[in-house]
Amino acid sequence: MATAHEIRGMGHSVPRKEDQRFIRGKGNYVDDVSLPGMLHMELLRSPYAHARIVVIDASRAQALPGVVAVVTGEALAAHNLAWMPTLSGDTQAVLATDKVRFQGQEVAAVIAETAYIAKDALELIDVEYDVLDAVPTPQQALAEGAPVIRDDKEGQTSNHIYHWEAGDREATERAFAEADKVVSLDTFYPRCHPAPLECCGCVADVNPATGKTTIYMTSQAPHAHRTLFALVAGLPEHQIRIVSPDLGGGFGNKVPIYPGYVCATAASLLIGRPVKWIEDRTGNLISTGFARDFHMHGELALRGDRMTGLKVKLLSDNGAFFADAQPTKFKAGLFHIVTGSYDIPAAFVEADGAYTNKAPGGVAYRCSFRVTEASFMIERLVQNAAYELGVDPADLRMKNFIKPEQFPYESATGFVYDSGDYPKALELALGKLGYKELRKEQAEARAQGKLIGIGLACFTEVVGAGPGKEYQIAGLRMFDSAELRVHPTGKAILKLGVKSQGQGHETTFAQIIAQELGIPYEDVEVMEGDTDNTPYGLGTYASRSTPVAGAAAAMISRELRDKAQKIAAHLLEAAEGDLEWEPGRFVVKGSPERAVTIQDIAFAAYTNVPDGLQAGLEGVHYYDPPNMTFPFGTYAVVVEIDRGTGAWKVRRVVAVDDCGYRINPMIVEGQIMGGLTEGYGIAAMELITFDEDGNCIGSTFMDYLLPTAWETPEFELDETVTPSPHHPLGAKGVGESATVGSPAAYVNAVVDALAHAGVRNIDMPVTSDKVWQALAEVGLAE
Amino acid sequence: MATQEAVVTRPMTVTVNGQARFAEVETRLLLVHFLRETLGLTGTHIGCDTTSCGACTVLLEGTPVKSCTVFAVQAEGRQITTVEGLMSNGALHPIQQGFHEEHALQCGFCTPGMMLTSVALLAENPSPTDEQIRWAISGNVCRCTGYQNIVKAVQHAAAKLREET
Amino acid sequence: MYPASFEYFAPSSLDEAVEVLERFGGDAKVLAGGQSLIPAMKLRVTAPRALVDINRIDGLDGLVERGGGLCIGALVRHKTCERSELLRGRYSVLGDAAPQISDPIVRNLGTVCGSLAHADPQGDWGAALLAIGADVVIRGPQGERTVALDDFLQGPFATALESSEVITKVQVRAPGARAGGTYLKLERKVGDFATAGVAVHVSLDNGSIARAGIAFTGVGPRNARAAEAEQALAGAEPTEEAIVAAAQLAAGAADPWDDHRGTVEYKRNVVRVFTERGLRTAVAAARGA
Repeated sequence: MATAHEIRGMGHSVPRKEDQRFIRGKGNYVDDVSLPGMLHMELLRSPYAHARIVVIDASRAQALPGVVAVVTGEALAAHNLAWMPTLSGDTQAVLATDKVRFQGQEVAAVIAETAYIAKDALELIDVEYDVLDAVPTPQQALAEGAPVIRDDKEGQTSNHIYHWEAGDREATERAFAEADKVVSLDTFYPRCHPAPLECCGCVADVNPATGKTTIYMTSQAPHAHRTLFALVAGLPEHQIRIVSPDLGGGFGNKVPIYPGYVCATAASLLIGRPVKWIEDRTGNLISTGFARDFHMHGELALRGDRMTGLKVKLLSDNGAFFADAQPTKFKAGLFHIVTGSYDIPAAFVEADGAYTNKAPGGVAYRCSFRVTEASFMIERLVQNAAYELGVDPADLRMKNFIKPEQFPYESATGFVYDSGDYPKALELALGKLGYKELRKEQAEARAQGKLIGIGLACFTEVVGAGPGKEYQIAGLRMFDSAELRVHPTGKAILKLGVKSQGQGHETTFAQIIAQELGIPYEDVEVMEGDTDNTPYGLGTYASRSTPVAGAAAAMISRELRDKAQKIAAHLLEAAEGDLEWEPGRFVVKGSPERAVTIQDIAFAAYTNVPDGLQAGLEGVHYYDPPNMTFPFGTYAVVVEIDRGTGAWKVRRVVAVDDCGYRINPMIVEGQIMGGLTEGYGIAAMELITFDEDGNCIGSTFMDYLLPTAWETPEFELDETVTPSPHHPLGAKGVGESATVGSPAAYVNAVVDALAHAGVRNIDMPVTSDKVWQALAEVGLAE
Repeated sequence: MATQEAVVTRPMTVTVNGQARFAEVETRLLLVHFLRETLGLTGTHIGCDTTSCGACTVLLEGTPVKSCTVFAVQAEGRQITTVEGLMSNGALHPIQQGFHEEHALQCGFCTPGMMLTSVALLAENPSPTDEQIRWAISGNVCRCTGYQNIVKAVQHAAAKLREET
Repeated sequence: MYPASFEYFAPSSLDEAVEVLERFGGDAKVLAGGQSLIPAMKLRVTAPRALVDINRIDGLDGLVERGGGLCIGALVRHKTCERSELLRGRYSVLGDAAPQISDPIVRNLGTVCGSLAHADPQGDWGAALLAIGADVVIRGPQGERTVALDDFLQGPFATALESSEVITKVQVRAPGARAGGTYLKLERKVGDFATAGVAVHVSLDNGSIARAGIAFTGVGPRNARAAEAEQALAGAEPTEEAIVAAAQLAAGAADPWDDHRGTVEYKRNVVRVFTERGLRTAVAAARGA
């Protein structure tokens, strides 16, 4: 049901309500928070990847005027706070006690009157280290005789963390035995980092006078964090208030609990004053939740041009602590979506995780819980399969797509895809691209020594975690919530358990209410992030806000609409069943002049409520999604390669996305363009790497490269709409689609330019030197 | 390297958003901290440690500078414009209007610096091409938008400003 | 990191500036653009006890023609060079280099002379000015002296500048009546240092090359010229063969290192390709000059 411009429900490209404070420079980010008496905390980080701590002497630091306290692991250990649980059931050091296990690990915290003094004091802390051999790769970690990194864990005799499987090994082996072609690919999805422009931080205020702890915190999941703080720090949960104010980007970087938060809170507790900790960019890149770092071996079995089996063996580099932020039972996240958009009857995934002397993490950076890795694997493998078979990469995909009539589709690894029309998206993309003409142009150019490449990626995402039985993090089921209150004057306030980091919730969720209740979107205030006055939710990441909290918002709106109908019947002196709903009003069937608006009804809810009905027009809904949602699309990238330098330029990007019904098309497109840019950065330049001593390269923006407006290509966007049959709004979520789907499109484009000469892989980041190397190896370099 | 323990301060006078401000500051105080902490103008943001991201961009005598790489004392006697100074007489600057109407911001963290760089560009070049805009803002990193709508926003503002003059 | 503390001076004359530098005996640094100095101070790789801010000194910001060449004052910003009409045509090696330095905001404050004083082997101005030919004018307690840029740049972050001296200007030599040039820089993104940069300047005499200047960024311990390649071109006809041969020599003269931007072999090839392309462009520009 479309809504008028005055209401602007779903489908309207409403300019954002939240913009007003940001364009005035009046955003309220954590570093903008200032409390009376506030102190500043800085962290001392380990220069070594692996070393025993012999002694820490903080006396010179403590003597510096303005320094209030220096906290070490030893001091925290006395309060049982030196170690904390991770979101993956492991433990992580808050401040190192026995050993440091990655370069950049937190070793001590200085609390001082100003940040400058705190930073000065860091130089005055003397730490004696006994340097140990570093184990910087998972292969080394799992080799015989490797030093045990987690010797803090009782019974830990190796660096192996987990082994995890999905799918049917036997059926898959049979498929491979019967195949007439097997295409394999070894590819490394390197370590990259969400690098939101705002670093992580908090202002922790353990107030001795009120007994209340307030933590302003860069948190994508404030309620979960509150519960975890209560459990870890032993503070009573009802006296903890987490406030996640404006966030300068998240992309999954602000989901884990970092040592800095715990140190700042402990410091505030011990000192009795608020403590602010804002990490610097080096701290952010060297220690917070990185992304990817998957070594993957994939094989695709084919009979003719039909895919019959897929197997993937992967090795995950999880760093020094297993701290992946993902639903607990899925050790490799949702990687087993790896059959992607294709009807592959048999598939098997086996994953092993290893500790290394690097920062902990892996699940982050708009990955939908490792769908980035899976999507990359399948789309690269399918592209290569086309080359091996001598068929067009678009044709091979089209032939093997799950067909529209097969939905809901149960995949070989147990996902039930809700809806999709993959051929439609691919055709639309190819049409926009002028694919056939481009292939001709490519051939002609090749004859003239010019290299053009066309890359495709036809991805299927799985988001919206998730059904509570399967999807839990730290034991908390992954429902989400919406609390709606309609005031007597017909305005409303919607409170959510999710937390935007720029995705526009204050606008899009208001539009959901506008759609469902006909209250103009500007009359709906949306609140998130403050655990004192929002309902419990699991937060925003893995594109779950629209699928889960969006559904909750729709459901509570409908519950209130049911109550509104009763009040309307009372006001109109009609039977409930004689009333019809139009956006914003109930009308008596056949008597259009007998109607009441939602505003009339809201007023009546407080002034003229029928007997037997409670006053008020408010309620809360906790939504347990029945399934995940499956956004999809086709991305097509055209590149040109400079044979003298290996540098590649993106000539075109065509992106067709299907996320079901779009609440705010303008915001959806913004999410897609942002993701296509991150995908480009990941494909072309973003890398955190380590030398053999575990020294981190990529801990500043001089080494961790982010694309500027100059490198970033222009995007041509289009859409298909295949609603989710189980979502109340038919919407699927879209925040991560482009980061998931596009890296393979960019890489496939570069490989496509060289495939005729036999090139099948260049690992990301596909930098110009690697391209030139590939050119040189096949005699195509200038 | 031994820490310098002597604290060296200096009085300074600077005009910020048209208002004269006086303070006694450490010589080593970075301009961005002066603006944020001393003056409480938190619209200017910090995104990195290596002069790489442009989130801290302000206008010094109308010219974009990275305020994390300027000492406050260098601005003695000069005019600074921050994002808080873009509005006039309660009305949004066309660049602010453009960013809003073209959806050129998501998390808002790069936005102040991005807008100020754009304002300086349009003062110098009232009719830039899209390419010239991308070139001019290539010192301001954005992680959210993919820049395409930012380019549209600057064009939107350029058209408005050309209309007004 | 935040910088360590320092005393701050903002003199209004060069004499005052030199006096302070001398007083601090090597523990004071000149602050012009600050776009290399301040980041280094924030990382605490340098912690001078005093800064001498020369931005208040009049007469240092001139970019003018003088004596057949150009004079670039100590406070001339990269951005001024990017916008200047003077740096086109015969001086286009300089005009092409200017917009490729760092990023547009840093270019607003960073200075040409500051870049030379900093002597980062990945600095762009060193290569461009070596290719066209330049001399650095220095003021110290003993007065003024002039040093050829080839002698001024001595190694990574090392120059002929004494601790109590300040560069007042760089003098670009006469480029030649029919001359042109360009600067080609491969960088991973705007703002990154060069993977490799090649500056080429050619002046023609009766159709053949009177002088060729070829200099590098990022492929050696300092900006340096490809002397052998230049000599091979001196007096030669600018044919395709001559250009290709010179580019080979230039690649051989580069001294790159393996790093995340590429291998030695890769960077040498970029030098070769850029020298070829740069020479073609420079010759065409000189012909049209």
